[in-house]
Amino acid sequence: MTSENGELKWVGKSPIRPDGADKVTGRAKFGADLMLPGMLVGKVLRSPHAHAKIKSIDTSKAEALPGVKAVVTSADMAEMQPEWVAAGEVQINFLDLSNNILASGKVLYDGHAVAAVAATNSAIANAALELIEVDYEVLPHVIDVEEAMAPDAPILHDDMFTQGVTPTPDKPSNVFKEVDIAVGDVEAGFAKADLIVERSFKTAAVHQGYIEPHAAVASFSEDGQAELWCCTQGHFTVRAYCAKLLGMDLSDLRVTASEIGGGFGGKTTVYLEPVALLLSRKAGRPVRAVMTREEVFRASGPTSGASTWAKIGVTKDGKIVAGEAILKYQAGAFASSPIQPGCMCAFAPYDVENVKVKGYDVVSNRPKVAAYRAPGAPISEHAVESVLDEIAKKLGIDPLELREKNAAKEGTNAAYGPKFGPIGFADTLAAAKAHPHYSAPLGPNQGRGVASGFWFNIGGESCATLNVGEDGTLVLATGSPDIGGSRASMAIMAAETLGIDVADVRPIVADTASLGYTFLTGGSRVTFATGMAVIEASKQVIETLRERAAKIWDISIDAVIWEDGFAKPAGANAGEFEPMSLGEIAAQAGKTGGPISANSSINAEGAGPGFGTHICDVEVDLETGAVTVLRYTAVQDCGKAIHKAYVEGQIQGGAAQGIGWALNEEYIYNDEGRLDNPGFLDYRIPVASDLPMIDTVIVEVANPNHPYGVRGVGEVPIIPPMAAVGNAIDSAIGVRMTDLPMSPPKILAALDNGS
Amino acid sequence: MAKIHVSTTVNGEPTEFLCEPQQTLLDVLRDELRLTGSKEGCATGDCGACSVTLYGRLICSCLALGAEAEGHEIETIEGMADGDSFHPLQQKFLEHAALQCGICTPGFLVAAKSLLERNSDPSETEVRYWLAGNLCRCTGYDKIIRAVLECAADMRGA
Repeated sequence: MTSENGELKWVGKSPIRPDGADKVTGRAKFGADLMLPGMLVGKVLRSPHAHAKIKSIDTSKAEALPGVKAVVTSADMAEMQPEWVAAGEVQINFLDLSNNILASGKVLYDGHAVAAVAATNSAIANAALELIEVDYEVLPHVIDVEEAMAPDAPILHDDMFTQGVTPTPDKPSNVFKEVDIAVGDVEAGFAKADLIVERSFKTAAVHQGYIEPHAAVASFSEDGQAELWCCTQGHFTVRAYCAKLLGMDLSDLRVTASEIGGGFGGKTTVYLEPVALLLSRKAGRPVRAVMTREEVFRASGPTSGASTWAKIGVTKDGKIVAGEAILKYQAGAFASSPIQPGCMCAFAPYDVENVKVKGYDVVSNRPKVAAYRAPGAPISEHAVESVLDEIAKKLGIDPLELREKNAAKEGTNAAYGPKFGPIGFADTLAAAKAHPHYSAPLGPNQGRGVASGFWFNIGGESCATLNVGEDGTLVLATGSPDIGGSRASMAIMAAETLGIDVADVRPIVADTASLGYTFLTGGSRVTFATGMAVIEASKQVIETLRERAAKIWDISIDAVIWEDGFAKPAGANAGEFEPMSLGEIAAQAGKTGGPISANSSINAEGAGPGFGTHICDVEVDLETGAVTVLRYTAVQDCGKAIHKAYVEGQIQGGAAQGIGWALNEEYIYNDEGRLDNPGFLDYRIPVASDLPMIDTVIVEVANPNHPYGVRGVGEVPIIPPMAAVGNAIDSAIGVRMTDLPMSPPKILAALDNGS
Repeated sequence: MAKIHVSTTVNGEPTEFLCEPQQTLLDVLRDELRLTGSKEGCATGDCGACSVTLYGRLICSCLALGAEAEGHEIETIEGMADGDSFHPLQQKFLEHAALQCGICTPGFLVAAKSLLERNSDPSETEVRYWLAGNLCRCTGYDKIIRAVLECAADMRGA
């Protein structure tokens, strides 16, 4: 491998992405872009109530409408047992998943799917939805997480008895489980503290906000086999879920991942996909179902809103002696929020002897939460990073120095369990401190804030197939949907390993029938895990190429080395034969043993944790309460940036999402429990005029478990912004904002309170 | 309800189609003309993924009716490249990695082209405000803005 002599030809460069032309010409086919002959339009009827009993559903009038070809309800789904599966970093229970896709017995949130129709056009489909008669008995509802935990709260699930407490309660509640993480003795730790700061916060439920709504095209055949085309972060996961929900064999369902218009965790589960399959099976024709933006907001995603509390004790020189947190996360209408990773991440960046974190996973009448970029971590780390800022200000210590005094490093026992290997947290702090941004002057009503973030990064199952063409070009197939330029990084790693031109590698995303199981695109795993499968397949191809060259030269394979894309005779045979390129060997493949290809199937272990530190400057308008982000710098340890520009892009995009979470974004429910802002006008994600350029600094502390040192990038950058913005606001106007989003009315109210 | 017959020009090609009176221009482009480069992100004019020009004006095609195209010229993303050579903006977007998932890219390109036709030397602020109607959730806009500014500079120098 080229990397062994330390010179990298492609890794760290930014070649134009191989799928770029299709993406700038409109040719790329996304979820809603596929049309099949005879295709029907699928649409979903959704609950107008936050919580109601379904007394009856009468679909007869809809079925009788000319042009309607199928109507389905939960009665058409296979019967599910409560069985837990991983969906990204969130757990899903198949019984709940089934009930979320089509409600059974009760509707649990505004927008909950109740029935679906397939018709010859969308006007008929819409008319049919209006003809479905659902008799509801409206029940009391609960939206807020604290209210849902109250003893007299309306109960969503009669069979929910809080897990993680002994003895198990005999009364049902909305608390699905409690999580406890503890090391050392926090009471003893706090007793040693010279300063203790504690504070409560609230974070709003926010949506992933991908621009492409969910879409699926299903086509069932008479023999029970089906094809499914959909925008997903994991088509193998979609296959597994849909096959289970419809009672199919995995091999009977072929899922193709379309191009995907953003996901950020929100496309790691299924919504429309099983419904489109059910409709197609019933109608005997292909069905395309696409969500409207309103449906996306009401019935997919979001991530948890939460109530959090953090308490940190320090000595007067700034050493943290104890950290404690209580975290209450919304799960949505069905169990399982990202509370576990939230608890684990809270104090992970710091070397603290005494830590205690208590988490609650709480259901309420909201859509079931889905994974969103570093699920759970931004919420808990926001609380800790905000309290740390207060401590730095009270002690008069520079906030980066306070973090440096306490930063986890190689050998630190993380509060959540393991001992860290080589990590680059301290490097990000040093780089932030040295950045000209950190010492730039500020004007009136302007302030600077910093915050850091930690995410595990993950590995997992990945496959890669590398097929060498007779002309010496290669097709590289992986099962990882390309959500932000991963085809480019896969091609780079193959080209680097093989020592060939990156343009000779054509990366594709193969469907579920063409490649082995590959876990979804998420958890910052693709460049690490699928990348390892790609490198492994490339090494196998090199072995074959050496073998073929040995055969052509009639020498031992041990006497052939692979260097810079050429087979060369070595040892006693050095210089005996002209080096042969990959293309020259490939051209003779038929005569030397047949086609050259390799397949790698791995379960990648040894993901390297990621850390980032952000600097944010804001200006607060005292008249309107509006906060403008003036300057933003994000520093992150990526291990190794494979495609530099896309690594920068991941960091910039994550930071922008975090800024939206900090300043604008929130789910707003009215008194009836209906979502009041299910559109981009009222759920305002940052637009171009809201943001400055986002400067990035990539730190590279190699992950020793990856051939090129990759850690993963995508998750970390969404973690620091909320605290960085909040800390900057506090620096600007001397007001600690505790409720997200820090929108103008709240800033004005805080200013008026004179706090 | 009877369909409406519409004669128009799409990307320089004389084009006829039949549409329902209530059918949006976006639906006509995607479903009738099979030009799926224009995307539906919201259908309420908030995301700009469906940006096209109608008689030279930048619009959200989800907010126009197909019938309104009668007698007018429509330009979509599919008409932006000239044969097999990219428009300079397309090339700059690729060079700057100004796209990640790519769903918003057609809308950004159509909108940016419309800007540069009106203002060959926009400031960063002018670019940011012109493109404020186009949502991107992946990039944080940084590389998009740089690509447009650099393209404008190149085109002025050309």
